[in-house]
Amino acid sequence: MDASAAREPIRLVVNGRARDLAVEPHALLLDVLRDDLDLKGAKRSCDSQVCGACTVLVDGLAVSACTYLAVEADGRSILTVEGLAEGESLHPVQRAFVDAGAVQCGFCTPGMLLTTRALLDDNPAPTREDVLHYLRGSLCRCTGYRKIVEAILAAARARGQASAPARVE
Amino acid sequence: MLRPFALHRPRTAEEACELLARLGEDAAPYAGGTELLLLMKLGLLRPRHLVDVKRVAGFDDIADGARLTIGASVTHRTVERSAVVRARCPLLASVARHIANVRVRNVGTVGGNLAFADPHSDLATLFLALDASVELVSPRGRRELTLAEFVRGPWETARAADELLTSVRLAPWPASTAAAFVKFGVHERPTLGIAVALRLDGSGTGRARVVDARVVVGCVNPCPARAPGAEARLTGIALADLEDVAGEAAALAAASADTADDLHGSADYKREMVAVFVRRALRVAAARARGLPPGAGFPHAIIA
Repeated sequence: MDASAAREPIRLVVNGRARDLAVEPHALLLDVLRDDLDLKGAKRSCDSQVCGACTVLVDGLAVSACTYLAVEADGRSILTVEGLAEGESLHPVQRAFVDAGAVQCGFCTPGMLLTTRALLDDNPAPTREDVLHYLRGSLCRCTGYRKIVEAILAAARARGQASAPARVE
Repeated sequence: MLRPFALHRPRTAEEACELLARLGEDAAPYAGGTELLLLMKLGLLRPRHLVDVKRVAGFDDIADGARLTIGASVTHRTVERSAVVRARCPLLASVARHIANVRVRNVGTVGGNLAFADPHSDLATLFLALDASVELVSPRGRRELTLAEFVRGPWETARAADELLTSVRLAPWPASTAAAFVKFGVHERPTLGIAVALRLDGSGTGRARVVDARVVVGCVNPCPARAPGAEARLTGIALADLEDVAGEAAALAAASADTADDLHGSADYKREMVAVFVRRALRVAAARARGLPPGAGFPHAIIA
């Protein structure tokens, strides 16, 4: 083999835990997460960045892990759905999805949860239009989206009540 | 799955061009990978070397001056949020906000989008309307091409194998310009993109006249194309008369569109949609020039 197969050391933080790995340049982040780190939450589905099932957060930004080289994660912090809950207690976004019944088969749910997390970190009080804009390219074939959107808006309201002082508008 | 390749990470444009020149057909420039990696997965492209341009100094800069300069590896997300872009060319920031989806915008780059030359590129359509140009660098030096010179056809550009796109440059039209970008479609990539820009000789009152016009049709042509007949019809009219002239200009734009049948629709259907959406884009632009909201939305369409 030529030099192209040489593994490259990368150091990243996955769900709060530092990891030192050696990956080939052509390794995709999705495969490293699923196969090397046994984190199966991110799903391979369309494999072309149009469906959102493989969404993970890289330094807080939603990324399609199916089309993201693992070497690009060097020095960065990755959040997968396995890192959302704090111990036994669900993350507020997960809680909102459960409460709203926004989950049916569950295949899209990890990506939806992480996309929601990124949205609310960026925009704590999104309008319905903001939510729909952000969800473009996050596909669900069960719910019809209605309850997902309800869950996201409920998560935003819960978060606002929990953390923000009363705002004067 | 991707086939194995070597990844190179030059720090300067000179180093990057030297790599491209030496590796020839075996190498491809790489930035966000949102287009390149997809074609590599399909086996349509099989480069044995990727030259990552994201670490090249200056490629991720947005610079303001006589012209606005956007580095090739600036992401769509950065364009959307850039205070400079929002102030100098708000339509560009708005179009960037609607490119593909949030995950693509977070990693996809302006230079990658233009160099890939997908006929459905929102940016190429918009930049053609904004008279933008691109700078290329190679071992032979630097050169600047207009967008029309650069994009030659579907997935085809004037970039030589050892050349790199360094930046896109544009001189924003005055803030009073009436402009809009409207795209339509139900697939992941738009079926139609229309960019219009009307430079006015005064503020947005009924007496203002159109002194220069751009009407650009994207997606349905082999590459984004201006509609010279429509532009000529619009030039010189009073803004107050736009409603009367819009249908005629839209018909001229449709007549000049080089449409083809594909999974987005038949050639005739696309031609009809060009007429519909040029008219709508002109109405949106005219409303904005008067300081009004764009009015009602259109099904399956995004107004930027």
